[in-house]
Amino acid sequence: MSTLAIDKAGPSRKVKLGSMSRDRAWALRWSYFFLVLFAIFFLTPPVYMLITSLKSSAEISAATNPWWVFHPTLSNYVELLTSNQFLRFFWNSSIISITVVIVTMMISIPAAFALARMKFWGSATLATGVFLTYLIPDSLLFIPLFKMLAVVQDLTGITLLNRWYVLVFIYPTLTVPFCTWIMIGYFASIPKELDEAALIDGASWLQTLTRIFIPVALPGLIAATIFAFTVSWAQFLYPLVFTTSVDQLVLPVGITTTLIKGDVFNWGQIMTGALLGAAPPLIIYAFLMDYYIAGLTAGATKG
Amino acid sequence: MADVVLEQGRPARAASPSRRASLRNTLQRKSTVAFFLALPLILLIAMLVLYPAFYSLYLATLNKAMTKFVGLSNFTFLFKRETFWMVVKQSCIFAITAVVFKALIGFIVAHFVHNIPARGQRKWRGMLLVPWVIPPAMSTLAWLWLFDPSYSAFNYTLSFFGVGPIPWLGDTFWARFAVILVNVWYGAPFFLIMYLAALKSVPDQLYEAAAIDGANWWQKMWYVTLPMMRNIIAITTLFSLIVTFANFDIVRILTSGGPLDTTHLFATWAFQVGIQSSDIPLGACVSLFMVPILAVAAIFILRDVSKRGNEA
Repeated sequence: MSTLAIDKAGPSRKVKLGSMSRDRAWALRWSYFFLVLFAIFFLTPPVYMLITSLKSSAEISAATNPWWVFHPTLSNYVELLTSNQFLRFFWNSSIISITVVIVTMMISIPAAFALARMKFWGSATLATGVFLTYLIPDSLLFIPLFKMLAVVQDLTGITLLNRWYVLVFIYPTLTVPFCTWIMIGYFASIPKELDEAALIDGASWLQTLTRIFIPVALPGLIAATIFAFTVSWAQFLYPLVFTTSVDQLVLPVGITTTLIKGDVFNWGQIMTGALLGAAPPLIIYAFLMDYYIAGLTAGATKG
Repeated sequence: MADVVLEQGRPARAASPSRRASLRNTLQRKSTVAFFLALPLILLIAMLVLYPAFYSLYLATLNKAMTKFVGLSNFTFLFKRETFWMVVKQSCIFAITAVVFKALIGFIVAHFVHNIPARGQRKWRGMLLVPWVIPPAMSTLAWLWLFDPSYSAFNYTLSFFGVGPIPWLGDTFWARFAVILVNVWYGAPFFLIMYLAALKSVPDQLYEAAAIDGANWWQKMWYVTLPMMRNIIAITTLFSLIVTFANFDIVRILTSGGPLDTTHLFATWAFQVGIQSSDIPLGACVSLFMVPILAVAAIFILRDVSKRGNEA
């Protein structure tokens, strides 16, 4: 009786296994097939940027195949990289983004430390508040902020509108809440024994932060840094509203407003500019993708 | 010299030990230190987020020259305008359609990436996340060029299939289609990465148990994967809803709200009214209409986040 059962189970099990591996092979093939399709969808615009950036204006306006470069030329790159305007935009964007990253870290690391480890009156409310702040979009605040800057300018006589440095004060409203939020998460995951031991050994709170929390939570710190940089580099609305003269513009605004002259679109240069503008975040991402993704998934982020 | 000073200082300190000690204690007390560490954050939020938010409420009650309080007449003026209702409608169409497609594509692609062997996943993930990394203002320029009326690369390609030239940005339907497409393209990788993380966190034993019980692919998806991913799906979708609803860059660059204001969202219309036509109160008024939607989504997200916190 028992041998019969085993005999019956034997072949049927084998067949099932065979069909499973066949299923899996097909699932794999289909997966690759669709992944290729989606990769084409996701990569078409950046690739098209690259293709167009290598074309001369003559080739762009000739009705040839737009997906291929017949006479590749670097003239667009040369022209942009030797023009003062473009370099100015690039410089403004870099200076602003780097400063914003530093300011963001200086604000959010101590705050996250305080909120994660040192309970004080209202700390839970503040943590929730930080999170809610992160949900308030820039497109809700640009009008009151614009008016506020104008009022402060009238009252104090300090020029704030149409100055790139005002962006250094505004961007942290976009970066600090998120960075604080993910730093809270990273700090909270550090075992309590570590900092308790440090405190018993006589370390001050600040020493605990710099000697223990920052080194241990370094991956989170890197993720937050990348996030802050990418957000400030990509920000479009605030600079569009707060700055107007050419020497104060940042890259995204500069390219969209100055390279389009009237109705004439110099697509070769626009695409080159867009590609060069997309390059820094892409390069950072190419090397630090895992940190960036860890940061994205640590706290839920904007999408 | 220094020694003398120190010597002098010592008795002085000893004179009022309790007061000094209590001051030092207060300064070193955990809650005080914590408060000072969080102070820059509090100031930043209060001055540059909370204050402007309420200031915008005040601005919305002024007349165009901002000299007179006019109560709610800006709001009633908006209600009478056809463009306003078009913006409401378009914002809803845009946000809902885009989020649904982003979530679907993200979900599907996440499964495909999860399916393939772990060794190749990093490469694919990197490639598929590129749209998310490029600043949207830059990538939208590429789309604008792909949609170009006379040299459109899309129309060139479509012509081989006998599909006539499509006025991508000149026709209301296609312009709406275009802004949604670009938004989906930009936002889907974010869903992909969130869902992929959620998929990886589902324990393999659950699938094995389901397989032993004879569950088919669909049942595994419905009874194992989806319940395990429910929280992430909810949070990601709500987040994306907020951001998509408040989107500015894509519509601004691609259509500037045209043709005939039919692709305007609250953000782009507020920009046009408030900054370009310099009617700041009306612009503030328009952008305030985003608040109810954002608030509802925020309440749901907070509920989920606190739930997640309790579980952890």
